[in-house]
Amino acid sequence: MKKEWPLWEVFVRSKNGLEHRHFGSLHAADAEMALENARDVYTRRNEGVSIWVVESKNITASNPEHNAELFEPAQDKVYRHPTFYDLPDEIKHM
Amino acid sequence: MNTNLYNYLLGIADNSLILGQRLGELCGHGPSLETDIALTNISLDLFGQVRSYYQYAAKVAGDNRDEDTIAMMRPEREYVNVLLVEQPNTDFGYVIARQFLFDVYHYMFLTELQSSKDETLAAIAKKSIKEVSYHVRFSSDWIKRLGDGTEESHKRIQNAINDLWTYTDELFHQTEADKKMIADGVGVDTSKLKEQYYKQISNVLDEATIEVPDLKYFQKGGKQGVHTEHMGYILAELQYMQRAYPNMSW
Amino acid sequence: MSEAQIKSLEEEFEARIARDEKIEPKDWMPEKYRKTHIRQMSQHAHSEIVGMLPEGNWISRAPSLRRKVALLAKVQDEGGHGLYLYSATETLGITRDELFEQLHTGKAKYSSIFNYPALTWADIGAIGWLVDGAAIINQVALCGTSFGPYARAMVRICKEESFHQRQGYEITLKLAQGTLEQKAMAQDALNRFWWPSLMMFGPADADSPNTEQSMKWKLKRKTNDELRQQFIDQTVPQAELIGLTIPDPDLKWNEEKGCYDSGEIDWDEFWQVVKGHGPCNKERMKARVSAWENGEWVRDAALAHAEKQQEKKLNKAV
Repeated sequence: MKKEWPLWEVFVRSKNGLEHRHFGSLHAADAEMALENARDVYTRRNEGVSIWVVESKNITASNPEHNAELFEPAQDKVYRHPTFYDLPDEIKHM
Repeated sequence: MNTNLYNYLLGIADNSLILGQRLGELCGHGPSLETDIALTNISLDLFGQVRSYYQYAAKVAGDNRDEDTIAMMRPEREYVNVLLVEQPNTDFGYVIARQFLFDVYHYMFLTELQSSKDETLAAIAKKSIKEVSYHVRFSSDWIKRLGDGTEESHKRIQNAINDLWTYTDELFHQTEADKKMIADGVGVDTSKLKEQYYKQISNVLDEATIEVPDLKYFQKGGKQGVHTEHMGYILAELQYMQRAYPNMSW
Repeated sequence: MSEAQIKSLEEEFEARIARDEKIEPKDWMPEKYRKTHIRQMSQHAHSEIVGMLPEGNWISRAPSLRRKVALLAKVQDEGGHGLYLYSATETLGITRDELFEQLHTGKAKYSSIFNYPALTWADIGAIGWLVDGAAIINQVALCGTSFGPYARAMVRICKEESFHQRQGYEITLKLAQGTLEQKAMAQDALNRFWWPSLMMFGPADADSPNTEQSMKWKLKRKTNDELRQQFIDQTVPQAELIGLTIPDPDLKWNEEKGCYDSGEIDWDEFWQVVKGHGPCNKERMKARVSAWENGEWVRDAALAHAEKQQEKKLNKAV
């Protein structure tokens, strides 16, 4: 047959309260095996309490060539940040 | 020393020792990197359990024995593992079949051992059962994959199950030490597990479209230290350093 | 794209790296950058998995249960690290199967050190202490390399490998403190692994034409000879501390330079092994190829099963 096991992306939650973070990828024939492999490969040192796997081909990624139009417009919207606003010195926390 | 308890501990631990050793041979040679890593995890789990049992056994013996002399300095006739676990890594089908036939037993055994009157044993069982629960899942899943997968994989896993089936009955044999420990509320009465064992095995095999062998004759002897010819070679490697360089520390 | 456009893209690309920005897989990159990275990263991955073999040989013979589990975990880590590195390489548009194919046909290289045999238990100590010690020097530098997936894999690998060298040094230490026979075993392993370990840093700078480009892309932070010197300077005192002798009669402390002077490497041997004629090149490849070929029916079966399950699900849905 000579076909390769598909590629999966692995996301691991290190402990409750934290989000799942991308840990890496691996090959597996199906979702169940991907979960088991992820457990065996990426949590050997007690790194996780929850795992997500998703077949890599199902991820839609933005194209870096569009970065200028996608992300640069947000750069000058400084009014979205607290430092944009002037407060009297007497106000220490707001 | 409590000879019965000591022998009972070896009866449990030797299985994990020899199976761990067999799986260790595969490290670096698996069918895929992911599977290689998974099998090594199982091997590491088993060796971890082995160490707990032997360390306890050394305490029970109360002389200068330690986990390593118990693991590596006995003559072959004093190893009491079942024949199943010493069978070779003929191919991945045999590896999975051997694992599956042992894991299902191992899980049921540890489930009962958790309520042993011996607190140390109960504690080891409580820790180990989480590991073995994963082993059962891993090997059962692979049984289904291989049984259902391709014509070739079906044939291979069926062959492996057929060949290894003859070693399953011995899992439920009881030695003198076993009987004594059961009577004391320390050991697990394995005779009560047998029916459930074959039922669970058959369920998985059915799902995997693998035929359950119809066999009347079973092999035995491991628990009395009478092994298959494979055992000597396993021990030759396991014991090599301790035999070639006795009384040294490493 | 016109040549001028490509040139301007290339300049912008080099400038990004010079600013310490990371390059990610979908970013535009010069073809040479992609090819060089595929080559170096896969070579690194291959080294991890071929590296499992010499140490793997000793798992069944480890002298104690404690040593056995440590060695198993270490060899397994190497498999994991190979996996991380293959995954990182795959982001550049090549599959793991293709990479294996390159390894199995001899098109791709791996670290020559693994073509030396592990003959005694002391060799397991020497491999951990010297070979992992040399590897760490290279790998720490790579944590800051320009290609994001490679740098991330290296960070994870360096974190996990921190126990590997300790494991090896502890084995050697124990032997050095042991009986005369054990001490001789440790010295013999050091004698055989010292020079091949120095060779791990690659040819002398004068014979290493790619260094300048690699420095630019941060695939290298220091030259081969600088790293080799660093390794010698850090390892000699470790050997002295446990009473072992580095097998180099020309080795002596140079007060003026503040580092060790050392003897000449046997470069003929270096090239012989690199070209595939080391003591174990053929065996190592045979072991990898047979694991791969014997595993084919297993991989096929898993895939066939997955496809059948998928079909069943679809049929149910209809």
